[in-house]
Amino acid sequence: MDVTDLLQLAIYGVVLGSILTLGAIGVSLLFGILRFSNFAHGDIMTLGAYAAFAVVSTLHAPVWLALPVGMIAGALVSVAADQLVYRRLRRTQPVILLISSFGMALIIRSLVQLVWGPQDRSFVKGIDMPMHFGDLMVSPQQLWILGGTIVIVIAVHLFLTRTRMGKAMRAMSDNMDLARVTGIDAEKVIVWTWALGGALAAAAGVFLALDTRLTPMMGWSALLPIFAAAILGGFGKPYGAIVGGMIIGVASEMSTAVLPPAYKPATAFAVMVIMLVVKPNGLLGARR
Amino acid sequence: MSIDLSGLASYGVFLLTLAAIYGVVSLALNVQWGMTGLFNIGIAGFYAIGAYCAAIVTTPPSPSHLGGLGLPFGAGLMVAMAVSGLVAFFVGLLTLKLREDYLAIATIGISEIIRLVLKNEDWIGNGVRGIAGIARPLSANPLVYLAVVLLVLAATYFAVERARKSPWGRVLRALRENELGAQAAGKNIYRFRMEAFVLGSMIMGLGGALYAHFIGFVSPEAFEPVFATFLVWVMLIAGGSGNNKGAVLGAFVIWVVWSGTELLTNQLPADYVTQGSALRVLLIGVLLQVILLRRPEGLLPEERPHVGASPASSAEAEDEA
Amino acid sequence: MSEHLLDMQSLIGGYGGNDILKGASLTVAQNEIVVIVGPNGAGKSTLMKSAFGLVKIRQGAVIFQGEDITNMRPDLVVRRGMSFVPQEKNVFPSMTVQENLEMGAYLRKDGGAAQQMERIFEIFPRLKERRKQAAGSMSGGERQMVAMGRALMLDPKLILLDEPTAGLSPLFIEQTFERIVEINKLGIGVLMVEQNAKQALEIAHRGYVLAMGRNRFEDTGAGLLANREIAEMFLGG
Repeated sequence: MDVTDLLQLAIYGVVLGSILTLGAIGVSLLFGILRFSNFAHGDIMTLGAYAAFAVVSTLHAPVWLALPVGMIAGALVSVAADQLVYRRLRRTQPVILLISSFGMALIIRSLVQLVWGPQDRSFVKGIDMPMHFGDLMVSPQQLWILGGTIVIVIAVHLFLTRTRMGKAMRAMSDNMDLARVTGIDAEKVIVWTWALGGALAAAAGVFLALDTRLTPMMGWSALLPIFAAAILGGFGKPYGAIVGGMIIGVASEMSTAVLPPAYKPATAFAVMVIMLVVKPNGLLGARR
Repeated sequence: MSIDLSGLASYGVFLLTLAAIYGVVSLALNVQWGMTGLFNIGIAGFYAIGAYCAAIVTTPPSPSHLGGLGLPFGAGLMVAMAVSGLVAFFVGLLTLKLREDYLAIATIGISEIIRLVLKNEDWIGNGVRGIAGIARPLSANPLVYLAVVLLVLAATYFAVERARKSPWGRVLRALRENELGAQAAGKNIYRFRMEAFVLGSMIMGLGGALYAHFIGFVSPEAFEPVFATFLVWVMLIAGGSGNNKGAVLGAFVIWVVWSGTELLTNQLPADYVTQGSALRVLLIGVLLQVILLRRPEGLLPEERPHVGASPASSAEAEDEA
Repeated sequence: MSEHLLDMQSLIGGYGGNDILKGASLTVAQNEIVVIVGPNGAGKSTLMKSAFGLVKIRQGAVIFQGEDITNMRPDLVVRRGMSFVPQEKNVFPSMTVQENLEMGAYLRKDGGAAQQMERIFEIFPRLKERRKQAAGSMSGGERQMVAMGRALMLDPKLILLDEPTAGLSPLFIEQTFERIVEINKLGIGVLMVEQNAKQALEIAHRGYVLAMGRNRFEDTGAGLLANREIAEMFLGG
């Protein structure tokens, strides 16, 4: 294991971190406003990836064109789940919502499996030649993932700071009661938050599928590191999710230098537990 | 005809045994969630610990995995409970002071790690190949084992029911419904939550051990871990969380429904048979949503003392304050 | 009748099952400063919040500008020209001062938000200096300014203030009351609950003394201050 190997792992870590960041921003936004951890988030990722895959495989469209389709699918399914189920449970304890989202995760996963089958799929046929930078290797897909994430994160930032709806989301997340007495239509903001969270999850799913493969379990397997990233960033703080995502991504990949790769999720989890014990409000977390 | 009948009878014994095992686990979850409000979605982890402990303690010595201590059935159950309880203690130490979401995420994380370790560390349980040859106690006759399981279920039910009615159980309920009030009354919340979490996890380990002896084989993928957890949650919520009779009833009803969906998916054309399990999971997922929306209190709602506000109305008051 | 901006008639209600209000009534005329004082637990804040749909009213009526708004949703009440400044947690802490004010104009569709913000900066010059600062990082007094500014963004007819000087230093208390008078001079009615009863009554046109969910006294501000019984019971002599 020399420096080059470690740098190579760090690059993989940043790529994984990008994917986790997109997922964690959505989880964090939803948590900030609805105060519950959405366990269906990983499976929305899966669904978005498969929706994009359907576009790629039937229309032979390029992945970057299929990405928005996947994101729209993720947004629509999230909003539908909210309107059909979560909306009616919001008056109860957040934990009931959590159980419900756990069930929703299984519903979405089964639907994906029923439509597309249990076998692995791939966006890319054959193997694209990786590009060499000195001794380091980067595949074109990984550059796409990195670039796509940067574009999406900037777009989310602009949305949250420049638009009326984006600011209303931040206001709801800051102080729900005050937002209501200020005249913000909470229901409308919640629906838009689901749409945004679902779209981001779907983008994360497409990128994850580009980096690896499509399987019905792919999103669920990514859920734990995503929660870890969101918690690390201070749950409910979308900007913290970026930092959290990168740390978890890099830590997971770097851990393969000393541990079997199978333990990557365990590394994410260990980082999260240490964080919870040492600084329960997250890295950027000041007490509200 | 008589062959059919005996086939039906043995299927019935199989069904009942598994339902009773799930009944034990459902009671365990009721201690944690129904009585105390602890959100554990790592049930499968404790279940797996119990199953592996039973396997390691009771099978004859073997070079392919840890132990093979060749001890009797009862010893396996004891060790299964002890180890599950110990793991729960450490998980609790880290997470019980945190918010409930964090406990949920932590428990699912632990159960994933347990699965990863069992899969990758061959020396513990022979890796993905698992441990076979776990014998049933007394006799290989499934009827005898059904009796044993029912006996354990009954004992668990009476123990848990007694705990629920005891002063200890009343404190748990007070903690769940109005944490600040109970704290003001001088109760150490953390200690009570820890006790409930450890007790519940020990019973989950017990359920896992019963399962191992019934099937005779354990492996990391022997049962879908996430799904096992989910099914138990559906059972408890359908039966009536907080009510021990409900927990057991829910286990039997949902297990019959779950097994029934198998009969349904078996009718599918051959091309779709591989998709059968996805369809079944889909149906159960939808069933859970329907229960949460239509009858969140379950078949047998919790018997509440008449003093004090219900959690729903106090939550409303909070919202409006 | 019609000169009342707000008319709350014999309200009975509270949160959940318990009635806190047991027949309290109150009116605010156009352009008036009205103060509610009384002992702790008298239902002062509850009475004020019931104008804003934050309390379940079982009996009685809340009339605002001639319209029955009893138990109306807060966001609909806001649309009708009433705003509310809660006692605590009354800013969006992670958002800048300017963004807090913008949120106040969330419902505004006429494009007058920028103009209104300039008007608010005239009342609270300090907010203009700090417009890019996160509200959560400001002092209690400054936060109160942000909260009041936010509530003024829709150019309301009536503003409700829940203990606007709670937890402030004496200097800030005085400044806050001065600002309230200034706001009132813009033609905005003010209804507030105050612990600093003496100072509040000094700037008030009228005041109500509430006890156990019912009206105990009502008079002009000066009249209540002059009333010896009230002085002994509630104003600390």
